[in-house]
Amino acid sequence: MRPPEAIGHYDLEAPQGMEPTPPPEVPRSPRAIAWTRRRLSAKRIWATYRKNRLGMIGLIVLIFFIAVAVFAPLIASKDGLDPTCTCTGLPLQPPSLQFPFGTDNFGRSVFTLTVWGSRPSLIVGLFATLISVAIGAVIGIVAGYFGGKSETVLMRLTDWFLVIPFLPLAIVLASILGPSLFVIIVVIGVTSWPSTARIVRAQSLSVKTRPYVERARALGAGHWHLTSRHILPNVAPLIFANTVLLIAIAILSETTLAFLGLGDPLTTSWGTTLQAAFSSGAASAGQWWWLLPPGLAIVFVVLAFTLCGFALDEILNPKLRER
Amino acid sequence: MSVLSVRDLEVTYATQAGPIPAVRGVSLDIAKGEVLGLAGESGCGKSSIVNAILRLLPPGTTVSGEVVLNGEDVLTMKPGRLRAVRWTQASVVFQGAMHALNPVQRIGDQLAEAIIIHGQGKPREAMVRVGGLLEQVGLPLRRLRDYPHELSGGQKQRVMIAMALACSPSLIIADEPTTALDVMVQAQVLNLLNELQAEFGLAMLFITHDLSVLVEVCDRMGIMYAGKIVEQGPSVPVFSKPTHPYTEALAAAFPAVGDLRFRKAPSGLGGDPPQPDAIPSGCSFHPRCPYAFDACATTVPDLYGSGEQREAACLLVPKGATISS
Repeated sequence: MRPPEAIGHYDLEAPQGMEPTPPPEVPRSPRAIAWTRRRLSAKRIWATYRKNRLGMIGLIVLIFFIAVAVFAPLIASKDGLDPTCTCTGLPLQPPSLQFPFGTDNFGRSVFTLTVWGSRPSLIVGLFATLISVAIGAVIGIVAGYFGGKSETVLMRLTDWFLVIPFLPLAIVLASILGPSLFVIIVVIGVTSWPSTARIVRAQSLSVKTRPYVERARALGAGHWHLTSRHILPNVAPLIFANTVLLIAIAILSETTLAFLGLGDPLTTSWGTTLQAAFSSGAASAGQWWWLLPPGLAIVFVVLAFTLCGFALDEILNPKLRER
Repeated sequence: MSVLSVRDLEVTYATQAGPIPAVRGVSLDIAKGEVLGLAGESGCGKSSIVNAILRLLPPGTTVSGEVVLNGEDVLTMKPGRLRAVRWTQASVVFQGAMHALNPVQRIGDQLAEAIIIHGQGKPREAMVRVGGLLEQVGLPLRRLRDYPHELSGGQKQRVMIAMALACSPSLIIADEPTTALDVMVQAQVLNLLNELQAEFGLAMLFITHDLSVLVEVCDRMGIMYAGKIVEQGPSVPVFSKPTHPYTEALAAAFPAVGDLRFRKAPSGLGGDPPQPDAIPSGCSFHPRCPYAFDACATTVPDLYGSGEQREAACLLVPKGATISS
């Protein structure tokens, strides 16, 4: 049960019926106006977001993992990743006080591996999504706004990327380009944009027929102005909500590729840790402490991004909002 | 020299069902400081003329004739020149102001848009000019920071008028600027438009379906039917002494309060305007015309002189017959 909120709506200090309008002011610089506007709308969105319980849980989990990734050197020494370090213990030890998550086949602490594994996983998720969203948004807006032949060509290209199975394509690309973190980011980025492109195109089609776009055209606006000032801002909320969901998919993709042995062997990510554990038979030997921490970390991060994504989708797409 | 001179304008839309003629040979002139009104039922081609003047028609539409704006033919302009001419020489007050404003931008930014697009000032200077514009249309300065949904219908229409003035054009096209406004607000908006037009000596093309509005606002007016001008001349005589049966029917649809004739016999026009893909032969008005005779179904009437500076496209005019009672 939620406490009644209605009482809080009325500001008892202000006289009734008077809108608390700011004093009439001389127009300030557009930049100052824009910043005030952004601050206010961010406040509004945050107020709505806070009411979404699942979204808040997702956000807290996310902040936890981001903090772990940022402060990794403070939590566990990087030397612990080196199998020749004197700080390693005996191989394949179950959890103990010295090694809270046990040790792997080189005697490295699985705790250290898990903490440091968060970095590549999150970096890949973030940058792959940025690439994917940039491609998707540009293709979607160009196809939706210009229409005609360019739309046909771009949308058939999108369909093509949509129907070819992601995994074989990613495996082929990753093995041709060679294993490195950068290649993994690019591979995931260039294969996961079609859904964004379709969503953006659909919304652009609807926005471009609105009278204010025609008004701007009569004003003498060119294609660049129309797409960047009128179409993009009206499509942006959709792109943003979609982005957060895409990060979760990108992290999973990174894990998948790493698990299949296509990750960068020199970096320690959750995927490569899982792969090492699996290939040395940890699952059949009952070495659960080696598999579980990176596995659960992936599950929690992906779940957290998904929860945040749904919460944002609900806020930015009023049709989904509960009345 | 006239600001706008349209010669034999024809607009044909391409649809899946075939070409649809919307404007069939319209000629008109507007001099500096003059207000020309165009009236007619829905679908008679008024808005098509507006869109043809700034070339805003959808791709695939065929447009022929001449649209000379300040000595240049708009229809043959290169795209770059066309964009420069839009809004600096002719601007539009769109119908339905509520939809012509971008909901995610502040009023001030949208007003400054035209000034910035045409390089008539840096963002900071544009904002100062925009403040002046708002004052001219009678809105307080703080409205600059409001979003469109925070304004009433009349206020939005004022914003649209301010926007039309932003680049000091020589012609303003008002495309049904008062639809969806109540009568009080409508009167305010019309007054404002008239004041500004007189103050800046603007030429104005005023489009509406409300004949009584035209009489108030315009110097001259043209009555359109099925893509053609059927009668034009000084607005008061055209309204009070029509020489075309269609004008007569339109004028009669506005009852004069207190006049017994209107109370005893409320008049209207039977039938519907013709579909643009099935325009009747001869005079396109003959199936609905109370005065129609045999020749009307076969002869296409020209515009004949029907009085001082007046023309009407009716076969009765050259016969010397008068329809006005």
